Amino acid sequence: CAKRVGRASHSLDKSITLPPDEIFRNLENAKRFAIDIGGSLTKLAYYSTVQHKVAKVRSFDHTAKGDGEPLYEISVQEEITARLHFIKFENTYIETCLDFIKDHLVNTETKVIKATGGGAHKFKDLIEKKLKLKVDKEDEMTCLIKGCNFVLRNIPHEAFVYAKHADSEFRFQNTHPDIFPYLLVNIGSGVSIVKVESEDKYERIGGSSIGGGTFWGLGALLTKTKRFDELLQLASKGQHTNVDMLVKDIYGGAYGSLGLTGDLIASSFGKSATADKEFSKEDMAKSLLHMISNDIGQLACLYARLHNLTRVYFGGFFIRGHPVTMHTITYSINFFTKGEVQALFLRHEGYLGAIGAFLKGAEEDNPNQYSWGENYAGSSGLMSVSPDLNPMQRARSGTFDMLEMDRLERQLVNLPLLQDPSSYIPDTVDLTEDALAREYWLYCFEEALDGVVKRAVASQRDQPEAAERAEKFRQKYRHKLQTLRHQPFAYGSLTVRSLLDTREHCLNEFNFPDPYSKIKQRENDMALKYYQKVVKSLEELSWDQRQFALVRGLLAGNVFDWGAKACCIVMVVNVYHCFFIERPWLVDAYNQWIERLKGPPHKCALFFVDNSGMDIILGVFPFVRELLIRGTEVVLASNSGPALNDVTNSELQIVTERIAAMDPVIQAAVKEDRLTLVQSGSSSPCLDLSRLDKVLATVVRERSTDLVVIEGMGRAIHTNYYAMLSCESLKLAVIKNSWLAERLGGKIFSVVFKYEVPSKTQGQY
Amino acid sequence: QKLVSFPWFGMDIGGTLVKLVYFEPKDITAEEEQEEVENLKSIRRYLTSNTAYGKTGVRDVHLELRNLSICGRTGTLHFIRFPTAAMHRFIQMGRDKNFSSLHTMLCATGGGAYKFESDFRTMADLELLKLDELDCLIHGLLYVDSVGFNGHPECYYFENPSDTQHCVKRPCSLDNPFPMLLVNIGSGVSILAVYSKDNYKRVTGTSLGGGTFLGLCCLLTGCETFEEALEMASKGDSTNVDKLVRDIYGGDYQRFGLQGSAVASSFGHMMSKEKRDTISKEDLARATLVTITNNIGSIARMCAVNEKIERVVFVGNFLRINTVSTKLLAYAMDFWSKGQLRALFLEHEGYFGAVGAFMELLKSSEEP
Repeated sequence: CAKRVGRASHSLDKSITLPPDEIFRNLENAKRFAIDIGGSLTKLAYYSTVQHKVAKVRSFDHTAKGDGEPLYEISVQEEITARLHFIKFENTYIETCLDFIKDHLVNTETKVIKATGGGAHKFKDLIEKKLKLKVDKEDEMTCLIKGCNFVLRNIPHEAFVYAKHADSEFRFQNTHPDIFPYLLVNIGSGVSIVKVESEDKYERIGGSSIGGGTFWGLGALLTKTKRFDELLQLASKGQHTNVDMLVKDIYGGAYGSLGLTGDLIASSFGKSATADKEFSKEDMAKSLLHMISNDIGQLACLYARLHNLTRVYFGGFFIRGHPVTMHTITYSINFFTKGEVQALFLRHEGYLGAIGAFLKGAEEDNPNQYSWGENYAGSSGLMSVSPDLNPMQRARSGTFDMLEMDRLERQLVNLPLLQDPSSYIPDTVDLTEDALAREYWLYCFEEALDGVVKRAVASQRDQPEAAERAEKFRQKYRHKLQTLRHQPFAYGSLTVRSLLDTREHCLNEFNFPDPYSKIKQRENDMALKYYQKVVKSLEELSWDQRQFALVRGLLAGNVFDWGAKACCIVMVVNVYHCFFIERPWLVDAYNQWIERLKGPPHKCALFFVDNSGMDIILGVFPFVRELLIRGTEVVLASNSGPALNDVTNSELQIVTERIAAMDPVIQAAVKEDRLTLVQSGSSSPCLDLSRLDKVLATVVRERSTDLVVIEGMGRAIHTNYYAMLSCESLKLAVIKNSWLAERLGGKIFSVVFKYEVPSKTQGQY
Repeated sequence: QKLVSFPWFGMDIGGTLVKLVYFEPKDITAEEEQEEVENLKSIRRYLTSNTAYGKTGVRDVHLELRNLSICGRTGTLHFIRFPTAAMHRFIQMGRDKNFSSLHTMLCATGGGAYKFESDFRTMADLELLKLDELDCLIHGLLYVDSVGFNGHPECYYFENPSDTQHCVKRPCSLDNPFPMLLVNIGSGVSILAVYSKDNYKRVTGTSLGGGTFLGLCCLLTGCETFEEALEMASKGDSTNVDKLVRDIYGGDYQRFGLQGSAVASSFGHMMSKEKRDTISKEDLARATLVTITNNIGSIARMCAVNEKIERVVFVGNFLRINTVSTKLLAYAMDFWSKGQLRALFLEHEGYFGAVGAFMELLKSSEEP
């Protein structure tokens, strides 16, 4: 049998050629292979190191600094990061793929390939012959669970609820800080029900022989239709009521005293036992689908109840992205639990086995001690496999689906000050649900693309091929935007944040690590020149005037985002005397804030900063300075990596040094550790408070932080506008987008100044 | 005390079958006989002198309960069934025999009591007393168990259910029946937790029942009756159709304690075209029977565990002449619960609803 399959695939696989830059990337550095061969799809996993450019800043020795010299030096360096690659393709291409891998695999310290899945034994010889790697089989269920734990922990919006008739069919779930315990119902040919209690503790608590194989086998007998997908297609067109005996067929209506509605199925296929007629293929397939989905749902509920579990994930080839089966399973779970348990599905469900097998092989590298992030540039995203739902699907058949995950430098954790981590949603608007907003932002990002490309080229004038790379970036990002137009759910909930992050990932992909580096440098430099003047003019004000000037300074600095001319600087400098932002603001809690400042000082303030230049130097630092003078410790949190013109941690260090050299207040605070710089762990213009650097969380906890300041549109409007913290918080931004301003009931340059105090009773609950 | 006038019937109109019990008084005095109106006499003679009615009606002679004393009368309780599809012919017969002139109450349960109520009224001028089917089921079951089966116990179980060589049917008593999990397998399946005669709840149900078995068998094999389907199933081998654990893992899946002989995927072999092309109807019938039965067993067992009930009583016409299923259920309860659960069966499988309806009729005479 294996031979036959081998030959059959041989004739097919010549028809495709693999695009070398797009799949099986970074094979030169690949190590630790794993493969999961299922009934029709193969999933390959490997680990590689990716060399990419990063922008570094380095401070000069300022003692001998002349006037015309820049503040710091920017250099582009190569950095090596770890990446996981997962590729999914049809089994027919396995030989081509193995050949391709063999040809491109340079470094082969690797001796073993971990394998799992039902087809692993069938292709064992082929793999060993082609790759000269020893096939090492791993238990299927163990791999599945390991993979499941990994994606639940590392991929935000991994799990979703499916609602066929809702505006958005996919409702993504927050990453719960504790993923255990859960129930995994794997619907392959049969059904396995596994209870997972911890990373290493899981148990198969039950199962059923009525599964995907029953649907397929019985369906093929009844309808003479061979393929699983075709059976699902038939089912989606059928009417089960022609075949099933419903409650109303027996009762004439509902069985009221038991609350059973007339449309409920009393007996699956009950009509085919008594009615003497022909039944259509579509109707029988639909009836079969209902019968099997309901049965699995019922068993899952019985096990969930027995073990007191509310999180139930469904996977296996029966589910794998099929809207039809996700719908029937969801319906069944809702029916049997009366809505108490929700059926959950996973975006990367098809990869679980491969991920798990890979992790088994990589145990010595301890991949679980790191945080990983989905690379939007290198991942295909969730694809609906229904051609009705997804016109792009047809073109995808025979292509390759990919998932890439980057190892993050730092381990990411929750901000300890979140009021309820499990219900925290960073994003203010879910664009998967809000079609109007989605239209607007997709359009907006497409319109802005030319500018981004120009800026990218401009940032690397010394490199002649930059234009070509920038063009590739444009194509890639435009393609992503098009994909998202059709499938807004491809990477989880679509948000302004995810659109921004995808753009950053794509820029990085084509080696534009920091297009704004020079602009940031110039603006920091310019703003520093005015620092002392600003501080002096502030000191001349009365306390009341000064507090107001400080807040307006923050807002003004935030208005002139980038590319600000000197005249703007002058305006900002003068803001302390006069400025156009008049109160009352769109959201105006200034009076409450001032009342609070008349009270005792905060113990420690955590400040998430935004832009380089005026914003940080002339807005944030004077404000921070005042807090320090009041006796409040300050922790400044800035991005770990570049995003737009946001100040990065390394830039902020230089800026702080320079300010300290001019300002004894800052100098003393730095020396005495009352002013601390930490990195956020993020490289995004937005802010996800559930994925922050572990060091930041530790510092926040140690210093008994009691005030959080979040500044700017990306961090305080697009994200965290509704975030509830367990301490006082200040969210402030100027809305520099008229569409968004209107949505919030204001107009362009409206000011949001949100000061929130958690209700006192909170602790008692 | 005034007795309800004859004839005494109880009827359960299900999705597939109508079950009818009829009490034939054996203590009719000569005086009574004389007074008995003609059409009542003819009904009695028609029912008791035949064992088959029309093409599809059957009297289960082996089930009749003799020498039954009820409300001061002694007689025989007869058990009759016919397809629900023949319901309209039955109502016509009621009209032709001028049943309405007897001024008797017609107690009926099952969904058909609701569905056909207006047909009874308009076609035969008969009023039905509609009764809840689960109430009737429990009352009928407890009654038949209490009177016994002509001197023998009504209830039985299988000794050594996990050992096919030594598995034997054994009578037993249901003296102290509560709590019990009652699994009624008709066209569909209802599962009840019964705590006393009048205290019970419907735990759940499944649409994979007797109707599913017969429906799928008809589609897969072209058979037409339950008897035919069972006959084929008795000759078939489901392992040609189902994928077993050993077909996937080569033996037991030890990590999860699954035996190689356990079914991993019902109809799993039928994913392959070659196997579909060579499979026999008998094997398909057997696989359908085994699939449905095991599934019911599995759900019943989960319910028993969730409800903390050890006694699981299986009833319903799916079990009629169906030892394959009764033995499988007995095995499933015993094996998967490691001997904690016991499966019990009753001789009058599908008739308890009708008996319950019949008893409701007599209730009115017991009251002063």
